[in-house]
Amino acid sequence: MSGIPHDHYEPKSNGEKWLNSRLPIVGLLYDTLMIPTPKNLNWWWIWGIVLAFCLALQIVTGIVLVMHYTPHVDLAFASIEHIMRNVNGGYMLRYIHMNGASLFFVAVYIHIFRGLFYGSYKAPREITWIIGMLIYLMMMGTAFMGYVLPWGQMSFWGATVITGLFGAIPFVGEAIQTWLLGGPAVDNATLNRFFSLHYLLPFVIAALVIVHIWAFHTTGNNNPTGVEVRRGSKAEAEKDTLPFWPYFVIKDLFALAVILVVFWAIVGYMPNYLGHPDNYIEANPLVTPAHIVPEWYFLPFYAILRAFTGEVWVVQFASFITGGIVDAKFFGVIAMFGAILAMALAPWLDTSSVRSGKYRPMFKWWFYLLIIDFFALMWLGAMPAEEPYATFSLIASAYWFAYFFVILPILGVIEKPLAQPETIEEDFNAHYGKADADATPAE
Amino acid sequence: MSHAEDHEGTRRDFLYYVAGGAGVVATGAAVWPLINQMNPSADVQALSSIRTDVSGVEPGTQLTVKWLGKPVFIRHRTGAEIADAQQQDEEAVGNLPDPLARNFNLNPDAPATDANRVMPSPEGEAAGAWIVQMGVCTHLGCVPLGDAGDFGGWFCPCHGSHYDLAGRIRKGPAPENLPVPPVEWVDATTIKLG
Repeated sequence: MSGIPHDHYEPKSNGEKWLNSRLPIVGLLYDTLMIPTPKNLNWWWIWGIVLAFCLALQIVTGIVLVMHYTPHVDLAFASIEHIMRNVNGGYMLRYIHMNGASLFFVAVYIHIFRGLFYGSYKAPREITWIIGMLIYLMMMGTAFMGYVLPWGQMSFWGATVITGLFGAIPFVGEAIQTWLLGGPAVDNATLNRFFSLHYLLPFVIAALVIVHIWAFHTTGNNNPTGVEVRRGSKAEAEKDTLPFWPYFVIKDLFALAVILVVFWAIVGYMPNYLGHPDNYIEANPLVTPAHIVPEWYFLPFYAILRAFTGEVWVVQFASFITGGIVDAKFFGVIAMFGAILAMALAPWLDTSSVRSGKYRPMFKWWFYLLIIDFFALMWLGAMPAEEPYATFSLIASAYWFAYFFVILPILGVIEKPLAQPETIEEDFNAHYGKADADATPAE
Repeated sequence: MSHAEDHEGTRRDFLYYVAGGAGVVATGAAVWPLINQMNPSADVQALSSIRTDVSGVEPGTQLTVKWLGKPVFIRHRTGAEIADAQQQDEEAVGNLPDPLARNFNLNPDAPATDANRVMPSPEGEAAGAWIVQMGVCTHLGCVPLGDAGDFGGWFCPCHGSHYDLAGRIRKGPAPENLPVPPVEWVDATTIKLG
């Protein structure tokens, strides 16, 4: 193991020794919990725990909701109303599950942008980053399929639009779409398979979360300075780190408690604020709602999907050089998935040797602009497909791609980074004063 | 490595490839039913043809029926609409985003003229009085609204595709004209779909 040097579990009693020589599970849990963690982690580092909590919350509430839900086109909508009106505490369980998805995505977006600012994706943490992106993709799939289950108007038409994306693939698209739906249109077969997969994927996510943690426990956490923990000896490492338990567990749980105050307020007082009234109308294949809007957490990428219409020269050019195989519809789909792929490629697109955005004077501003761009796209995704929103969407989409494919590679070459602290200890002492008078100053 | 000492084409190599090949085939044979079960089931495939009485569809109105899980628009055009459609034909043909008729009942390469999009009229009605097409936007599958959009035909509210009176895409992200399904008159007032 190339991890940070630290104390390992030593079985003491005979019982512990007996177990440890057969299954070293206590040692595994001990090492995971006591992992040395950079002591300068700021409040942006709490979202991992919030995400773990969300996954557990969604799995637990989901399992009990399934005890009352019926996945059939004639009964699904009524069974949701049954949960809301008849099942003991059912309305609360469903509202927690509904809004739990939103908390999950709030947390994942902050977690992702934290990584983008502090360069957490850079070597040697590329694998952690890629697994994180896979988890994010699975979260989107799970959330999308879960939204179909109540069988309301938005469920039905959201499913129609999103599975239509696969129909845009040249040549094989229609066959893939029919295969996904189990028929020519969204119907009972679709509802049943989405239910099955909605139940399965959270457990796949849980497995990936373990791999994600395994990966960053091997490389060590990133931290706000982006400077690595010293690993020369245990004594040296201990100047830069503190064990995860109890220091960071208590800090993270405190943050979680604060976040949950807000969450419970939303669940209790405005549980439908983030939803759409149209989804309380039962699905009708013959009527499209006047304005199909995905859930808020899909809006930025939905805006990118819609931005590339046939009037855009890039789309016309792509259509021309591929002999019409890539039409406006397929281009939009490529753009949407490409926007997520761009994030996944960040470790190889960012050419700067400096990790943390704190020490990158130019990068900072482009990053803040990316945050603004993300919110702009979110807003544009909720607007109708007309001017001036169409032009704004195109500009905002263009910036998203420019950030990853142009700005990140160029900045690393032209930017002059600020001086970084030599060690985490030095940075920590500069902020909080010397914790210990005996501590030797950093060399 | 013991492999380095093996002679080519030994009995062991042969068994190695046979066993490996059999494993691959067996895995494929096991996976295929798991994939194929997701394709449309027999009962879904069976509902492929329906008949619809259109005697109550007055000129200027539209009937929407469900066929293969999707809406079909059966539009009875007024004389003024037929005239408008022919006007649009003169303006637009040769300059359409999708130049093909997309009419299942015609050749795949038939041009998208109004005449190629409408149904043959029953006796006693003007040509172009009936137009039948799938009510599914060719962009991402929403149901377009009738009597709407910049061309007086259909408008998809999802992403802003405008279709004209002949159901041809004129503006917006949709790539193709609304498809005309297999359709014919069974008698003077009954249309058969499929």
